[in-house]
Amino acid sequence: MIESAFNNLIMGFGVSLQPINILYCVIGTLFGTLVGVLPGVGAIGTLAMLLPITFSLPPVAAMIMLAGLYFGAQYGGSTTSILVNIPGEATSVVTCLDGYQMARQGRAGPALAIAALGSFFAGCVATLIIALFGPPLSEVALNFGQAEYFSLMLLGLIGAVVLAHGSVIKSCAMVCLGLELGLVGTDVYTGTTRFNFGMLELYDGIGLLAPIIGLFAFSEVMINMEKKGTVDVYTKKVGKMLPTRADLKASWKAVLRGTALGSFLGILPGGGALLSSFVAYTLEKKIASDPSRFGKGAIEGVAGPESANNAGAQTSFIPMLSLGIPGNGCMAIMIGALMIHGIAPGPQVMTREPELFWGLITSMWTGNLMLLVFNLPLIGIWIRLLTIPYRLLFPAILVFCCIGTYSANYETFEVAMGLGFGILGYIFIKLECEPAPFILGFILGPMMEENLRRALLLSRGDASVFFTRPVSLGVLLAAAGLLLMIIIPAVRNKRGKAFEGE
Amino acid sequence: MIRFEIKHKKDFYAGLIFIMFGTIALLEVRTYLMGTAANMGPGYFPCVLGFLQILLGLILLVRSLLLGGESMNQIHLHLIPVLVVTIAVSAFVFMIESLGLVLATLSLVFISYIGYSKFKLREAVCLCIALVVFTVVVFVYFLKIPIAVWP
Repeated sequence: MIESAFNNLIMGFGVSLQPINILYCVIGTLFGTLVGVLPGVGAIGTLAMLLPITFSLPPVAAMIMLAGLYFGAQYGGSTTSILVNIPGEATSVVTCLDGYQMARQGRAGPALAIAALGSFFAGCVATLIIALFGPPLSEVALNFGQAEYFSLMLLGLIGAVVLAHGSVIKSCAMVCLGLELGLVGTDVYTGTTRFNFGMLELYDGIGLLAPIIGLFAFSEVMINMEKKGTVDVYTKKVGKMLPTRADLKASWKAVLRGTALGSFLGILPGGGALLSSFVAYTLEKKIASDPSRFGKGAIEGVAGPESANNAGAQTSFIPMLSLGIPGNGCMAIMIGALMIHGIAPGPQVMTREPELFWGLITSMWTGNLMLLVFNLPLIGIWIRLLTIPYRLLFPAILVFCCIGTYSANYETFEVAMGLGFGILGYIFIKLECEPAPFILGFILGPMMEENLRRALLLSRGDASVFFTRPVSLGVLLAAAGLLLMIIIPAVRNKRGKAFEGE
Repeated sequence: MIRFEIKHKKDFYAGLIFIMFGTIALLEVRTYLMGTAANMGPGYFPCVLGFLQILLGLILLVRSLLLGGESMNQIHLHLIPVLVVTIAVSAFVFMIESLGLVLATLSLVFISYIGYSKFKLREAVCLCIALVVFTVVVFVYFLKIPIAVWP
C-alpha cells in the first residue's frame, strides 16, 4: 500500500510540477487569498465567483486552480480573522478569538506565521493520508451498488445537516428544496419534463452556476451592503513575523493535535474545515493547563484550529474524490466543476483519470507550500486590500459574478436566475436557513433519485435491499445514529455551544 | 377567537415558505406518472420530497407558535440593497447581448455604486473605467470569451 502510494505520488508530482500547472496553482492560491482576504467574501463565495473562469481550462488545470482558490481563501480568511477580528470565512471564526487578541498585543506577526506553519504541516500530513487511504477507499467503493450509493448520499446529507450549524429541521427542509430544484428538467428515464413551468430554458434543468452564485455571492453582497462601519485594522503593528522559540514550543503540540483531529473530522460527511476548527479550539481550551488564557491571546488557540481546519479542508476531498460524494458546500462546488468538465465523480475517477486524481492531490501540497512561501511576505499587500471600502468592492464582485455566469453558456437567463437565487438566498439567510445544505441537495438530487430508482428496479420493488446489503445497512444505521444524536438535548446544547464559539 | 402569538418569527416564515414550496411541488407532480416503487415514475421522488417539505414546514410553524425565542424575534429586511442589486444586475442582463460588454458593465457598476454610496464623481468615474478595462482585458483578451464588446 505504501509503495503504490509512493508511486502514485510521484506520478502526481509529475503532473502538478509541470510549469503550466504550477502557474495555475500559483494563480489559484494568490487569487484565493486575495478574494478570501476581502471582507464579506468567504471560501464558497470565492469559489462561486471564480468557478466560471476555470471553464476554459483543461480539467486537471481547472481542479488545481480551484483547489488553490479554496486553500487560498481559507488562508485569507485566517488573515482577516487575526488582523481585523472579522472572520473572512466561517472556518476562521475561532481564529478571531485568540488571533485578534494577539494582534492587539502587537503579536500579529507570530500569529500569522504560526497559522501558516501549522496549516502547512497539516497540509503535508493530510496529503499523505489522502495518498494512503484514498485508493483503498476507492477500491472498496468500486463494489458499491446503487443501494450503497443512495445510502451514502443520504448519510452525506444528514451528516451535513447535523454536523453543521443551524437548526436541523430548517436544514433538512433546505435539503429537500435543493433536491427538488435539482430535479428540475427532463427526467432521463421517461422524458417527462419536470418543474419547468413551460419555460424552454429549463428543459435541461437549472444550471449549476446560477444557484451557487446566487446563494453564495449575490446574497452575500446584499447582506453585506447593510453593514456599515469602519474596520479596525492592525496594520502597523504586524511586527516581527517570526515566532519566538517559546511560541513554537507552546504551539507544536497544538499543531499535532489539530492535524490529527482535522484529518479525521474532515473525512466525515458534513465535516470538513468548519467542524475541525471548532472542535480543535474546544479541545485546546479543555486540556490547557491554564484555560483562562484563551480568548486573550493564547497561541494554542490559533495553532490548533488553523492546523485542524487545513487538515479538515484537505481530507474532505477524500469522500469527494473517492466516492463522488461531497461532504460540504465547497466540495459540492468541486463536484460541480468536475461534472461541468464532463468527468463523472466517483471511484472510477481514480482509475480512469489517474493524472487528474494524483495531480490534484499533489498540487494541494504544492499549494500549501506556495501559501507558506508567498503569502507571508505578501502580508503587506493583503493588509492594504483590507482597507478597500466595500462601496468599491461590491460592484467588482457583481461584475465578476454576472460576466462569469453569462460566459458559462452565453445565456442571460442564467444571470437572471442567479439574481433570483440571490434574492431567495437573502430571504433564507434572514430567516436563518443555511444555504449549504441546499446546494448539497441540489447537486446530489438527480444522482440520488437515479440510484434509488435503479436500486428498486433491480430489486423489483423490494425496499429491504437497502437494509439487507451490509454496507448500505451500516451506512443507514450511521445516518440514523446521527439523527438520533441530534435529538438528545445534551448533544443539542453542546452543538449550540460549540458554534457559539464559547 | 384564539389569538396566536408568533413567538419565533423567523421559524414561522421559514415554515410558511417551505410549506409553499412543498405545495407547489405537489401540485406540479399531480400531472406526472407515479409508477410503483419498483418502477418509479417521474413523479415519485418529487412527491415524497414535497410531502416531506410540507411536514417539516408544519413542524417549524407549530414550533414557532409554541416555543419562544427572545432575541430571535426580529427580522430586519433592508430592501434597498436588494433593490439596488436587482436593478443593477437586471440592467446587465438586458444590455449584455444588445449593447455589448462595455456598456453593460458600465451600467452595472454605475447603478450599484450610486445605489450604495454618496456620489463622488471622480471615484465613480475611476471605478467604472477601472472595472470596464479590467473585465475587457481579462475576459475578452485573456480568456478569449466571445462576448461582443460594443453594440
